[in-house]
Amino acid sequence: MPIIEVKNLTYTYPGGTQPAIKNVSLTIENGDFVVLTGPSGCGKTTLCRCFNGLIPHFYAGKLEGELTVARLDVTEHPIYEMACRVGLVFQNPENQLFALSVEKDVAFGLENLGLPRDEMRKRVDWALQMTGIEELRERAPHELSGGQQQRVAIACVLAMQPEVMVLDEPTSFLDPLGAQKIFEVISELNKKLRITVILVEHRLDLASKYANHVVIMDQGTIVLDGKPREVFDSESARLIGVGIPKTTRLWQMLRQNGIRLDRAPVNSEETIQLLRGVLKRD
Amino acid sequence: MIEVKGVHFTYPIGVEALKGVSLRIRDGEFVAIMGSNGAGKTTLVKHFNGLLKPAKGEVFVDGVNTRNVSIASLARKVGFVFQNPDHQLFCETAEEEIAYALKNFGFEEETVKTRVTWALNILGLTQYRQTSPFMLSGGERKRLALASVLAWDPKVVVLDEPTIGQDYEQKEKLRQFIVQLNAQGKTVIVVTHDVEFVADCGPRVMLMAEGKIVADGDAKEILTNKELAFKASIVPPQITQIFLGLADFGLPTDVINIHEAGKILFDFLKEEVKP
Repeated sequence: MPIIEVKNLTYTYPGGTQPAIKNVSLTIENGDFVVLTGPSGCGKTTLCRCFNGLIPHFYAGKLEGELTVARLDVTEHPIYEMACRVGLVFQNPENQLFALSVEKDVAFGLENLGLPRDEMRKRVDWALQMTGIEELRERAPHELSGGQQQRVAIACVLAMQPEVMVLDEPTSFLDPLGAQKIFEVISELNKKLRITVILVEHRLDLASKYANHVVIMDQGTIVLDGKPREVFDSESARLIGVGIPKTTRLWQMLRQNGIRLDRAPVNSEETIQLLRGVLKRD
Repeated sequence: MIEVKGVHFTYPIGVEALKGVSLRIRDGEFVAIMGSNGAGKTTLVKHFNGLLKPAKGEVFVDGVNTRNVSIASLARKVGFVFQNPDHQLFCETAEEEIAYALKNFGFEEETVKTRVTWALNILGLTQYRQTSPFMLSGGERKRLALASVLAWDPKVVVLDEPTIGQDYEQKEKLRQFIVQLNAQGKTVIVVTHDVEFVADCGPRVMLMAEGKIVADGDAKEILTNKELAFKASIVPPQITQIFLGLADFGLPTDVINIHEAGKILFDFLKEEVKP
């Protein structure tokens, strides 16, 4: 069942001369792990802001088209209602964290929902456990490392038990192993809790192995939308300057030289399997 | 060009960030410093332009001990582009931003003008001459920070995490630009986590972990060593992972570059799977 349905959506920021997103249509199924990518300024962040109602309720501007998220028409439901269903993790955790302890930061959204104290305790414990930061509970967020802060930001959103999590480059400050750990946490949440994940990410080499759905935007429109394999195998993915994974590019290079392997691999494990299969056959 | 001898450094809050680092970087070299968050990379490079002075040990830049000179005179030789451009930019327009340091160094007005135009042009920022730096996108701000440093033509350029927040195309442009700078004789030092970027550039790589340099060699040698990579919290490039996974077929395991990879695999496979 679709959790997000966007039909012919066009949006212009107040004072903008042309739309930031143009005639966008997109369906995201419940439980999808979506990687959303495209060159800077292509409209990724704008589209994400529509999902939890920041557009049109906070940014105003001109919005046309249909926008249904978690069975609600976003234009008719205020941000505080949408926020219970759609959690947004910002690119820079410092823009999001402000309390004096991790625990208080995670509890903040719940206090705003007016939840009973017991329920709040339970949810905070659970969110800290799921993100693997129980031992940081009493620490001040601003004293933590970038990676720890990014986990806290995810915990804050998770505690709200949203149906959809939107994460805008959540690992940009992390070393590759740190980034991989965060992707694994997100992937766990997606698999175990069936939370729909929308991950905005430039580094497809790292992120694409977790996704079952890839969306590529360019100049305010969606140019490619489908399974990772289909999308990365398409010529236009390369033409619009999206860094398709090197493994997929290697496969394309071999194909251009007449060596055809069954399917386009999206990560190095798959490439190894494919090549091993070919080599063993002989 | 840069010589570091047994340097220790401890921050006032008690964190010992460098625990005895020694290294030499020759004039015209291209070096990538890699390692996990908190390994001491940024602390180390801040010693190269005198922003930090060692608690123990010595740092020499172009033969001069950094203890004995001002940051300003070191900055003339070593240009520093910070990780976060917002820590660096503060003027009203892009043009003023680039002119600022030039004026401070006492260049003549005419020279300032030509240098500003040149710097805006080579980084593709000419159209933003009169724009406030804070109206620019993250990637553009990063390029402006680089432009303002290149304008005074330092011998050494230090870039802290230049690829963060850059999309694929900008990153590729930046890479070509950095390689070109180096080819023109500048010493380039890049601090980065981005293994794919380093694999494409192929510089000398120094790996840091817990305040020490744990490995130093060419990109190929370092990035294809699984244990070293793990120690420094990096993941080998995708291409290398593939070749490591096929080692038992007698393929080489020290491949980082996609073109080299394509050629090796093509030669290896062409007999067997040609249609």
